[in-house]
Amino acid sequence: MTQASRPMPAAPGPGRRGVVGGLFGLTAAALTAPVLTACGAGPSADPKTVTFGSNGADATPKSAYAAVTKAFGKESGLTVRTNTVDHDTFQKSITSYLQGTPDDVFTWFAGYRMQYFAKKGLAGPVDEVWDTIGGGFTDAAKQLSRGEDGRYYFVPLYNYPWAVFYRKSLFAERGYQVPGTWDEFIALARRMGKDGLSPVASGYGGGDSWSILGAFDYLNLRANGYDFHMSLMRGETSWTDKRTARVLDLWRELTPHYQKSGGGRSWQDAAQSLLDKKSGMAVIGLFLGQQVTDEKIRADLDFFAFPEIDPAHGQDAVEAPTDGFMLSRRPKNEDGAKKFLAYLGGASAEETYMSVDPSNLAVNERADTGSYNALQKRSAELIASAKHISQFADRDSDPGFISTVVLPGLTEWLGHPDDGTATLKKIESQRSRFFTA
Amino acid sequence: MPPASSSPSRLGRGDRLFLAFVIGLPLLALLVLVWLPALASIALSFTTWDGIDLSGIHWTGTENYTQIFTNYPPFWPAVGHNVLWLLFTALLPTPFGVFLAYHLDQKIRFTRFYQTAIFLPMVLSLAVVGFVWEIVYDPDTGLLNSVLDAAGAGHHIDWLGDPDLNLWAVLIASAWRHTGYIMILYLAGLKSFDPALEEAAALDGANGRQTFFRVVLPALKPVNVIIVVVTVMESLRAFDIVYVLGGGTGSKPGMELLSLLITDNIIGESGHIGYGSALAVILLLVSLAAIGAFLVQTFRKEDA
Repeated sequence: MTQASRPMPAAPGPGRRGVVGGLFGLTAAALTAPVLTACGAGPSADPKTVTFGSNGADATPKSAYAAVTKAFGKESGLTVRTNTVDHDTFQKSITSYLQGTPDDVFTWFAGYRMQYFAKKGLAGPVDEVWDTIGGGFTDAAKQLSRGEDGRYYFVPLYNYPWAVFYRKSLFAERGYQVPGTWDEFIALARRMGKDGLSPVASGYGGGDSWSILGAFDYLNLRANGYDFHMSLMRGETSWTDKRTARVLDLWRELTPHYQKSGGGRSWQDAAQSLLDKKSGMAVIGLFLGQQVTDEKIRADLDFFAFPEIDPAHGQDAVEAPTDGFMLSRRPKNEDGAKKFLAYLGGASAEETYMSVDPSNLAVNERADTGSYNALQKRSAELIASAKHISQFADRDSDPGFISTVVLPGLTEWLGHPDDGTATLKKIESQRSRFFTA
Repeated sequence: MPPASSSPSRLGRGDRLFLAFVIGLPLLALLVLVWLPALASIALSFTTWDGIDLSGIHWTGTENYTQIFTNYPPFWPAVGHNVLWLLFTALLPTPFGVFLAYHLDQKIRFTRFYQTAIFLPMVLSLAVVGFVWEIVYDPDTGLLNSVLDAAGAGHHIDWLGDPDLNLWAVLIASAWRHTGYIMILYLAGLKSFDPALEEAAALDGANGRQTFFRVVLPALKPVNVIIVVVTVMESLRAFDIVYVLGGGTGSKPGMELLSLLITDNIIGESGHIGYGSALAVILLLVSLAAIGAFLVQTFRKEDA
């Protein structure tokens, strides 16, 4: 303003135009920066470093992975740079993550979705790694680690069974018997309800709606068998099939015994109600143990296999999701990454992991199971006795189908459990969109 | 400065370059960052694509749209919920925000404190707002159920889990935030309002209500336009608070909204880019129609 009154504008410092120009220059730089960095990120990384994308963001798995990577670093002289992302976020952004600049090695799940990424070329084959580690695994574990083309794409670390959990002391106090069949199970639930307990803990609120699938999977496995369950999951069978309708009919016998207001509760709060003896039983995975802080309660926890419905199938299937690792499609340090994978598939990595997180079971048979607590031992027996091992609905099927069609349908149905015809029809009408031959 | 350069028609070469730079760069940014993705979405809405390989894009014509309109169970509920959201927001929190603003503008004690308190929810990040309301609505330990229990109602209400109830629970949370927003916008308008008009109305014998509806409201037309536009836009693009209260995993029964269906199909493991784009195009058209109709009507009246 003062410049206008001066005869000769000396204009010390930057003029208005200079400032504006500078700002635009900055904008231009900001706009082009992503392009430039995208070009720069070639496979020119440090050969002493392996990057590792982990979904183990909760305290227990996080420190367990930290222990494993540290042990690997000591053994191999390589440094592992871990990039930890929240479990749900990791899962949701996996497609874009794998297409961008993923870490060399990343955590993932066995099953349909692993095979999907292998088929799409977003993951690298790890056959060489299996030449080293193959001896430690059962055929079932090998089967789980192969893609549709027969090559290996996955290195398993641990698995954990789903079952019906309860507290031994509660059953002893009240004289409850472990049920073996569906009728006994429903009768027990009824009795618990009369005794003022919430018979079956229920918490599928917020982002936890996946937790209802454990019951669905088991009902289907017990009533219709493993083969039907898998073909339903893979989109090969109609959801309006009367066998699927039967699953909802059975479920409808159980839902009145569910803890009230499950739709607004987290699974952790539901698990807590079991630990507090407010709920009698819970259909949940061994990861329930991560909720336990008091070792006395851990010793008091037990489970039984989901009860038999059709004698033809008995209790021959166990739902035991397997977690492990995959190799990204263009790892920056391929040799290091494969070394790391071979280490992760070995017995000592398993032992290190289990020593920090005792809510899982080692998949590698050579891992020392001497330190297992009672629950882990029982879990290992349960899995070993199974004729069929399923993963989990969102791992055995197209996860998009499960999360955007099946889960909304089933959670809505759980609010008002009817004969389910309308729900199943809705699910069926969407099936072809996800499973095109 | 020499007088010759004062004429705008005779720009030097440097000036022209500078102008081209200053206009061209934002234009380029707008094209690349807004129009290109928008047009790409429209194009993709006629295809199916899993989002992985460009070679995986297959042209399907209007298949996505027919599917959405005839065979997509959450679609019509989502449209209904969006309409409900709009009506609710337009009829309750928006007028209430205006009401608060009008009264807080009078010379009452502690008005600054009230203004701050009511505007506070708007300052909080949505993640925090979601967290606050999760605590209120928790079925076991939540504030609301504890109060009801203490009052002897005696049964649990599953505020966020019950599909017949959860949308209302979220609407209350959203209204809590929206009221403060509207209040601040309207307060800003009221500050520019000439008090002489109000005095004149009082002299003419108008009562409080007449003064507000006949004098203040018409005089604040520009602010009213902004408030209507904000309300419509916020209602149609409502997403964040539902997403947070729904647990951050996409649409839930009873809380489907168009914006959530879009993310259901595009983000996440689903990878139905074409289908999601078609939903996005539908939302774009609805928003354009609603806002366009309103703006055209408002400004046409002004011109006449």
